[in-house]
Amino acid sequence: MRAQISERTLRTDRWWLSPLLTVAGLGLISVYAAIRTFMNDYYWVGEYHYLTPMYSPCLSAECVPAASHFGQPLPELPGFLTPPIFIIPFLLGFRITCYYYRKAYYRAAWMSPPACAVAEPHKTYTGETKAPLIAQNLHRYFFYAASILLLINIYDAIAAFSGEKGFGIGLGNIILLVNVGLLAAYTLSCHSCRHIMGGKLKHFSKHPVRYWMWQRISTLNGKHMQLAWSSLIFVCLTDLYIALVASGVIGDLRFVN
Amino acid sequence: MGYQGNFRVWRGDADGGGLEDFTVEVNEGEVVLDVIHRLQATQAGDLAVRWNCKAGKCGSCSAEINGRPRLLCMTRMSTFTEGETITITPMRTFPIIRDLVTDVSFNYTKAREIPSFKPPKGLAPGEYRMQQVDVERSQEFRKCIECFLCQDTCHVIRDHEENKEAFAGPRFLMRVAELEMHPLDEGGRVDAAQEQHGLGLCNITKCCSEVCPEHIKITDNALIPMKERVADRKYDPIVWLGNKIFRRQP
Repeated sequence: MRAQISERTLRTDRWWLSPLLTVAGLGLISVYAAIRTFMNDYYWVGEYHYLTPMYSPCLSAECVPAASHFGQPLPELPGFLTPPIFIIPFLLGFRITCYYYRKAYYRAAWMSPPACAVAEPHKTYTGETKAPLIAQNLHRYFFYAASILLLINIYDAIAAFSGEKGFGIGLGNIILLVNVGLLAAYTLSCHSCRHIMGGKLKHFSKHPVRYWMWQRISTLNGKHMQLAWSSLIFVCLTDLYIALVASGVIGDLRFVN
Repeated sequence: MGYQGNFRVWRGDADGGGLEDFTVEVNEGEVVLDVIHRLQATQAGDLAVRWNCKAGKCGSCSAEINGRPRLLCMTRMSTFTEGETITITPMRTFPIIRDLVTDVSFNYTKAREIPSFKPPKGLAPGEYRMQQVDVERSQEFRKCIECFLCQDTCHVIRDHEENKEAFAGPRFLMRVAELEMHPLDEGGRVDAAQEQHGLGLCNITKCCSEVCPEHIKITDNALIPMKERVADRKYDPIVWLGNKIFRRQP
């Protein structure tokens, strides 16, 4: 028999603030991403060859031809479907199955638990032992897919230095570079990446290169939460900047050409 | 400079109990355990509290202070304001014995369920040779003082008593990880972690890491690596195929 304490929690600090901010942040970003996905416009700045990461790679026939760096192997999409529909499942899958985001939304959205030592409202709990949550074990596959998309984003960022008037550097280039830098840091700091690179080994001494990589990734992994948020927010800011330039609301600040 | 502090302490046993109010002198530099001892000496001589080293190394004085699992001896009074009422309760996850003392034998039962270190065949004690880089990962887990605060805060058993049979808890999943990462252990721990010790019940919400007084990164360095090893074995056909083709021992 446990000690009879009727209160759900005796915590006196603002334990509810963190889950509240998480829900608000993820909700806001989800709404923004949905609006931009279905907008199907202002994703390409022809003059400077800026392509928003939300529409990269743009593979269907309805894409602006110059924005399709890898051709248009897919037909025009029916109804309300837009080009990002092919990449969003992978990007979303990578974030949803990420060990940091799992902690964030299990706490904030599912309240399992809402905070440490605060009772959860659910009567039963099976964790990640049954469908659909057992699918969280597929995180490594989303990591592979996200790595490919990251390489494509890096290509886009480099290609953006060559606009209609040839080589040039603008604020958009800097934003695209910072964006891929943050995405690369988030992807490399992933727990699955850490495991694949060396964490699975029993004998580091027999694999010095993989041990070195594991050490570097472990350092990045310690900042996984910060990288998860900063990369997510910066993707949206990058997209917003490109949308504003593409729509003519603002002009790109040019440093060279 | 001392002051009169306000405290609410849970008093009772398995038959019932509740929070009782006390006003106790608090002096500069003291920790919560000092105040509990003063309370015991001056007002509540029969107050039950388990303690031993007063240095955060024995793991005896685990309790909950203002609802947060903490060691009584490592919680400084200076972290509270003078006007604040401090609530001290026993660990919720374990059966109560009396006042602040709980029955933590659940943990010893779980400890016994984990097979001990299994060295390679033909290798006798004294013949073990290991590189430092191979053992230092699991050495982090040896810092555990077995205060069981991680077990107390883990919602899998704190909020769901029915999971106690299936779930070893973070402390003992960390023990499984320690053995699995040991360069000479041949115990084959991965399947057992998932099927016998309930690793799948963990949803990595990191409360165990948050409360650990030794600052062991239980989730990042033990539980998630074990989940990835389970994924290797059970959910990754590419790894399975690679092991077959290259005749690797998984």
